[in-house]
Amino acid sequence: MANVRLRLAGMRQALEATADPRGGTVLIGGRSRRVDEWEWDAPIDGAMYGVALNDRKEWEALSNEMHAPPYEKPPEGPVLYMKPANTINAHRRSVLLPSGIKRLRAAPALGLVIGQTAARVRREQALDFVFGYTIVNDLSIPHKQRYRPAVKEQARDGFAPVGPWIVQKEEAPPLSSLTTRVYVNGRLVQQADPSRFRQPVEQWLADVTAFMTLYPGDVLFFSWPADAPLVAAGDVVRIEIEGIGVLENVIAPEQGDDER
Amino acid sequence: MKRARVAWNGTVIEAEPLDGGRIRLLDGTIVNEREVMWLPPVEPGTIIALGLNYADHAGELSFSAPKEPLLFFKGKNTLVGHRGQTVRPDGVNMMHYECELAVVIGRPARRVKAEQAYDYIFGYTIANDYAVRDYLENYYRPNFRVKNRDRATPLGPWIVSHEEVGDPMALRLRTYVNGAVVQEGYTGDMIFSIPYLLEYITEFMTLAPGDVILTGTPKGAVNVRPDDEVVAEIERIGRLVNYIV
Repeated sequence: MANVRLRLAGMRQALEATADPRGGTVLIGGRSRRVDEWEWDAPIDGAMYGVALNDRKEWEALSNEMHAPPYEKPPEGPVLYMKPANTINAHRRSVLLPSGIKRLRAAPALGLVIGQTAARVRREQALDFVFGYTIVNDLSIPHKQRYRPAVKEQARDGFAPVGPWIVQKEEAPPLSSLTTRVYVNGRLVQQADPSRFRQPVEQWLADVTAFMTLYPGDVLFFSWPADAPLVAAGDVVRIEIEGIGVLENVIAPEQGDDER
Repeated sequence: MKRARVAWNGTVIEAEPLDGGRIRLLDGTIVNEREVMWLPPVEPGTIIALGLNYADHAGELSFSAPKEPLLFFKGKNTLVGHRGQTVRPDGVNMMHYECELAVVIGRPARRVKAEQAYDYIFGYTIANDYAVRDYLENYYRPNFRVKNRDRATPLGPWIVSHEEVGDPMALRLRTYVNGAVVQEGYTGDMIFSIPYLLEYITEFMTLAPGDVILTGTPKGAVNVRPDDEVVAEIERIGRLVNYIV
């Protein structure tokens, strides 16, 4: 059991609770319940910044392209993207498949939730600014180009389920052991861990806060997109990060498709 | 109606500009505008910016005009109020201002048709969306190190309501560096108009009240240096002053 911070649907305030990271039970206010007995809300309310091209497997797959137009050379600084407020979604809530789109890429990601305002932090102190860890399902409409921000592909309503809770950093296993598994309809389709990151998250925190401030509640997230599954309407996507939790969402067709 | 946000006497309060350099705080107190600290007039949830939305600016940066709006997001760390300071990083060769008309959303907006777009707009303010071009890289361009720097997007001084502005597609924009005009353009020269943009954006995402769209900048981007005073001016809205340090 780990101390977590969470939000339930219909309640404005975050709650502290004790949870089984394997996703079975959660103890809220002295009452123990199964996770699926509660209605969840995303446990964060800040900005969500994704670090792109951090997955070594993705980087290797792209390494030839990076020397050709339009990229010309590999990036030197951090490549970031944003999941704005409209994308934030919660555990066990549907993700709507936009009209005319058959498949979404569901990339699992580890979210670092900022605890203290972080500007110009040093790598050695970087984790002091992190409150805890959560899970992000970084959904996008599959796309190859990385020259321009992929806003239309990444920023759709509900395209960033987050949760189910934040595990406080002190309660979580060491970063290196946060193995992630993705199941689609119960079948294991992807397994990855932070050894695939091109550089440690502490270094990214230093590189990013060198020019922009992160505020409490903001999330800097790190995905494993290289072998992330494509999912279709009706699929149940389950992302487990060992010692953190289980985030599950159903892909649902957008309502009212026929009318438009 | 004009609405500013200022810090005064240890509190943050909304205010309305009067003539003669005076402003009226929401509680009726009238103070000189030099007595207050100007804050960005809105605290947006989401900030969307447009790249290359004026054909002449796209030409200046040797790009052909885009076929689809080029959108990118910005964080709230970037905002700074009227009369604020923006840092030019040490050792860079090219940092330029971008005077932009900023649209402030007034109602939740999803699948809005261009013809109804103005019903969803609360008002307009001025943005100066600095870019540090030395950091440009060809991934998700313009990347965050160019465009998402702390306090590198002055916003303000106030929001002017849509009713008071009238037609936002018929406004002159000008930028002055140390008093000299360095950039001039007209919102009517946008490649994608405000009603078009609102329809385009809300087709795939929901905007919330207070969200801001920066609609791009015309031709005339020149380098700025420490101690420069940069004024972004838009007709019927006002003058947004910023200092480079």
